[in-house]
Amino acid sequence: MVKSERNSVITRPSEVRVKDFEEVSCGFTYELMKAEAERCINCKNAPCTTGCPVGVKIPEFIQCLKNDDLDGAVKVIKLDNNLPSICGRVCPQEKQCEEKCIRKLKLGGSVAIGGLERFVGDYALQHNPPTPRASKKLNYKLAVIGSGPSGLTCAADCAIAGIDVTIFEAFHEAGGVLVYGIPEFRLPKDAIVKKEIEKLNELGVKIKYNTVIGKTIKIEELQKEFDAIFIGTGAGLPSFMNIPGENLNGVYSANEFLTRVNLMKAFKKGADTPVFVGKSVAVIGAGNVAMDAARTAKRLGAENVYIVYRRSKEEMPARLEEIEHAIEEGIELKLLTNPIRILGEQKVEGIECVQMQLGEPDASGRRRPLEIENSNYVMPVDEVIMSIGTRPNPLLTREYDGLETTKRGTLVVDEQTQETSVKNIFAGGDAVTGAATVILAMGAGKNAAKTIIARANSKNN
Amino acid sequence: MNKILKKRQLSENVNEYVIEAVDVAKHAKAGQFIILRVDSEGERVPFTIADIDRENGTITILVQTIGMTTYKLSLLNEGDSLQDFVGPLGNPTELNEYKNIVLVGGGIGSAVIYPQAKYRHKNGLNCDVIVGARNKSLLVYEDEFRNNSDNLYIVTDDGSYGEKGFVTTKLEALIKEGKKYDCVFAVGPVMMMKAVCDLTKQYGIKTIVSMNSTMVDGTGMCGCCRLTVGGETKYACVDGPEFDGHKIDFMESVNRGKFYREYECECYNRELKKNGKI
Repeated sequence: MVKSERNSVITRPSEVRVKDFEEVSCGFTYELMKAEAERCINCKNAPCTTGCPVGVKIPEFIQCLKNDDLDGAVKVIKLDNNLPSICGRVCPQEKQCEEKCIRKLKLGGSVAIGGLERFVGDYALQHNPPTPRASKKLNYKLAVIGSGPSGLTCAADCAIAGIDVTIFEAFHEAGGVLVYGIPEFRLPKDAIVKKEIEKLNELGVKIKYNTVIGKTIKIEELQKEFDAIFIGTGAGLPSFMNIPGENLNGVYSANEFLTRVNLMKAFKKGADTPVFVGKSVAVIGAGNVAMDAARTAKRLGAENVYIVYRRSKEEMPARLEEIEHAIEEGIELKLLTNPIRILGEQKVEGIECVQMQLGEPDASGRRRPLEIENSNYVMPVDEVIMSIGTRPNPLLTREYDGLETTKRGTLVVDEQTQETSVKNIFAGGDAVTGAATVILAMGAGKNAAKTIIARANSKNN
Repeated sequence: MNKILKKRQLSENVNEYVIEAVDVAKHAKAGQFIILRVDSEGERVPFTIADIDRENGTITILVQTIGMTTYKLSLLNEGDSLQDFVGPLGNPTELNEYKNIVLVGGGIGSAVIYPQAKYRHKNGLNCDVIVGARNKSLLVYEDEFRNNSDNLYIVTDDGSYGEKGFVTTKLEALIKEGKKYDCVFAVGPVMMMKAVCDLTKQYGIKTIVSMNSTMVDGTGMCGCCRLTVGGETKYACVDGPEFDGHKIDFMESVNRGKFYREYECECYNRELKKNGKI
């Protein structure tokens, strides 16, 4: 066995990329892709596949790549994953498939499965291999609420099986968090997200924009017209810290900041939708969304951008790659630091922070951050972006009583079928799990699709 | 795309639009709002629903030309279409428990109280209406209110029409005359709503106001429209837009409303220049 080192995807230099919104990672060239594919030793138990939430047959698609059979690789991946160009970019592979790779520790590092998947996904988008359609249409109608990762996946699988699918989207564009949340420089909108959604249209999926279910159309009306409903409304409600000064001008939720820039294109000079960019920006929180907000602020011209986090670097929930990219781009980490007050008269003038130290592990298994007495100090910033998490939006459950929810406001579903407390209403993604990953949402959409397809078939037999 | 079926100029810089919106009209109720985008580059702007025609599937909005988007709107005519139109959003007005109401509208805020006047009048519920404007040319919906209220009082700041004075002057006079209002529903500029609330607090009369905060999505996912009510942060889009006026931190809302003023002026001037207006 060759003990070759893992090949890295090509990344644009930080001093160049920080000036624009073009994609940071350029992926593999054909040669690099081939070299990396050859590193897969096709080991006996394929632990990588067990690490994938949707169970992509990883060694099989890599085998196709070794044989220069890209169409074959597309076919293998698409059996389990409709959106490889997206997952190849935003999945936390290092905690999933690549974490389980047999090469990880002693054989030059895990195979770069994410990079390979992205290569295949982009090939599929460019070369447009025919979308597999069902031979016969089923007399069964599915309404999908929300066009984020879980909804898109559920819609695609059901459409492929011959179900008549309509997606209802509240915004004027489809994609959910893929278009309003994740920035252009990590996930290009026109080149990738829009193309994936066009594929869905080719499958015959209809998308109704500007439609807020519960407001524009009631669940009860959908129940009359559709055989089944899939709820993929995500976790869109931003949390704030409830500290003084949070309603000052210059305090954003990460959701608002990113939506203005990504969906409403405020990054374009002279855009109709404004966004404020301060000279010094504090992003509170240390997840992927916090990294996205910080790197976006930097690109928009902020001189100093700080990630303010009450624990240490080890506990930062963001992907390591995102943290590294952020640091390369000049984002400063203010660790073991907790904001207690935002200062200012009308606009933000600073944040008062307190230093923390780590104590004993808490319920989450992470060491509990404790305040150090008399360590307060003021960080002079003129913008604060709160990125401490999101919760499911209660809009739908407020309008429709039947759905059972948890104390956290997430929908209760059957683990096997993704069915809610109401028959033929399914749910998946962040609306069920609380804020999680794109791939987990897709897995849930897929799971629900299995049951929906089975019901459609039994209705048609 | 939603077609403009009718456009009517109500005053110097206020237009009324009747928009084709079958889905929105189906469930819309008085007090709710819509969000629209004029074109594919447009910002998302909320407008309160001024009238609903379920039969014909239309929604009426009043638009005062004050910035870029409202200016772009003013250039559109019957037959033109809006890029996006979503709603009904927010919660409907709930005033049925009150017996003796006075609706107070300031300027374009009259658009918000009109559907409530119409609803109460139609259902045999009592309501007086006070409408105020800076001058006669800025008054809207006079006939509509006259036909849908028990008593209509018109005031202008400069006395060019109706009585001279502010809505608060008239409201206080009516209270002193012995009108036993159990609820005031006031909608208009934030400072007007604040003035009404300061007054009614003295007389202990419940006062509901409708907050016209800036918004992005209008469904609770950004927090742009947040305000402080009774010491708690609320979202105008999903918790409102109507709140107990005696509990609102109005000065905070005034401040938040100014956040983008400079940029808004720039954009407005750019549009005016583009059209040879300056």
